[in-house]
Amino acid sequence: MALIEAQNVGKIYHTGKVETQALREASFTINAGEFVSIMGPSGSGKSTLLHVLGFLDRNTEGMYRFDGKTIDDYSSNELARVRNKRMGFVFQSFNLLAKATVIENVKLPLLYSDVHEKLWDEMARHAVDSVGLSHRIGYHSSDLSGGEKQRVAIARALVNNPAVVFADEPTGNLDSKSGAQVMGIIENLHHQGKTIILITHETYTAEYAQRIITLADGRIENDRKVREDTKSINRHFVK
Amino acid sequence: MKLRYLFTTAGTSVWTHRTRSLLTILGIVIGVASIMLIVSIGKGAEKLILDQIGGMGADTIVVRPGKEPTGPSDFADTLFADSLKDADVAALKKKSNVPDLVEIVPAVIVSGTASYRGETYRPTTFGWSVELLSRMFKVYPVEGILFGEDEIRANANVAVIGAKVKEELFGIESAVGKNVRIKDKNFRIVGVFESHGQAAFLNVDETIVIPYTTAQKYLLGITYYHEIMMRAESPDVVAQTVRDIEATLRTSHKIPDSGENDFFIETQQGLVDQISTIIGVLTAFLSSVVAISLVVGGIGVMNIMLVSVTERTREIGLRKALGATNRDILSQFLVESVLLTLSGGLIGILGGVLLSLAASLVLSITVGTSWGFTLPLSAALLAIGVSVAVGLVFGIYPARQASQKSPIEALRYE
Repeated sequence: MALIEAQNVGKIYHTGKVETQALREASFTINAGEFVSIMGPSGSGKSTLLHVLGFLDRNTEGMYRFDGKTIDDYSSNELARVRNKRMGFVFQSFNLLAKATVIENVKLPLLYSDVHEKLWDEMARHAVDSVGLSHRIGYHSSDLSGGEKQRVAIARALVNNPAVVFADEPTGNLDSKSGAQVMGIIENLHHQGKTIILITHETYTAEYAQRIITLADGRIENDRKVREDTKSINRHFVK
Repeated sequence: MKLRYLFTTAGTSVWTHRTRSLLTILGIVIGVASIMLIVSIGKGAEKLILDQIGGMGADTIVVRPGKEPTGPSDFADTLFADSLKDADVAALKKKSNVPDLVEIVPAVIVSGTASYRGETYRPTTFGWSVELLSRMFKVYPVEGILFGEDEIRANANVAVIGAKVKEELFGIESAVGKNVRIKDKNFRIVGVFESHGQAAFLNVDETIVIPYTTAQKYLLGITYYHEIMMRAESPDVVAQTVRDIEATLRTSHKIPDSGENDFFIETQQGLVDQISTIIGVLTAFLSSVVAISLVVGGIGVMNIMLVSVTERTREIGLRKALGATNRDILSQFLVESVLLTLSGGLIGILGGVLLSLAASLVLSITVGTSWGFTLPLSAALLAIGVSVAVGLVFGIYPARQASQKSPIEALRYE
């Protein structure tokens, strides 16, 4: 069943009198439980596509449908509610609250949810446990390593049990060992049935997915399935 | 977002930048503390004055000649008005005219100096009944006695003097039996009052009291009085007695129904109301002047909140990405602004209490009377209310700025 459906989606940015077409005529569907990488060089429009797909921005052209409803059907408050309940985000620069502890960071989406407050602690602990950071639960995020910070960000993305996790260059600020650890967790999430949309410019990271959509100059250049045999070769190469 | 978490988030932010927060709320602290101090001093002064006026008795009624003064120049007119005479006193004394009067004493005011063997002093000299003054202000002689009705009837040249007059003219010598010179006439001192200080509008220490008959005939050469002081049977009958006095004097002065009175009547309650109003207006005026500092403080809070919004742009973007609505972000920054100003208000109240206590101690020493420490709860509640209002008014703009940010632009902010 299609969770995400894009038909000729485009995005034009207006800066003063200057128009920039960051994305054009993107058409594809992503089914629930799929793991899709969006690849492309810098400026290819992959982050713009993720922002539109993640309801962080609206497309200016075409039609984008999530859960069977087009983005235009949602008010800004409804978009916020969908982001909170159905989507999880992992950013390249972690975006943790430095003065807050691991568990406080992980609880953050619950503050804006309709989940009963009594359940927050249990849900947050479970999410932290799932990324293997139970021993760091009371630490301030500023005291963690880069890899640990990204794992906290993944736990935060998972805490509300979303349908889809958007990961924007999650290994971009990490060394290869931490990067592999983070990708292992993301791959594991996919095995548990989560839909994963991964933005990356690295081929070996993209190949964790089942499918790779490649962008160039704001257009979809390629949309292909990943062969299982090349996957293992690339991962071996990274190690 | 739940209110508890709004306050926790705001508290964390305020505490994280505690030095900056403290400096930001300084204007609010000073404003609130000043208002508390002004209200406290105002209430203390009101209480002191009203206690002293109250000491004269709520049953006291005063009739003065001329039209009721509406400005400072009118007060001079009452001194030269000659509408209150012996016939009026006689008419008022008649039980059939004013049944509830228990005491009636006229008075005249004598200006000028008093001297004794080359020592000169400028007292307030009254031609009055010294017994009435003693009863009214609860002031008693430490030396000698008070003159009575006999001396008044006999136009006797006797005087009772206040403690300050005695000290200035006689030093450590005894004054009783000696003659003090007033307007070239000698008055034998029969008594000296104890030191009493200010009582209502009269400083008894600086006063000389002589029989009003003597003052009229020998010092001023007049046949009228500057005022007639009366006491009603009880405070409950004051209103009726005032009506009886007015009717009696209008008849006595042959004033037609449509005519204007050539006298006016004051009661202690009327005076109390007037003074309360004057002090209330003064306090409100001074408080509103000081309230300007609250506006300045509010602008400081707005400035810092705008800085905070800019500094935390990425945090705003993150919260929005995780599901915060515009309203959530607006509430978060508004609560933070209110928390800042409310903290300022509470510290200001504490500062105001301490300053008011210190002021009451200093005033007790300088004024020489017991200045009671008064801090009305209403002032504290008002200060809290105003602090919250300042936080809301000056926090709404930065909070709105924060809430309107696009999540993606906020997340991209460097």
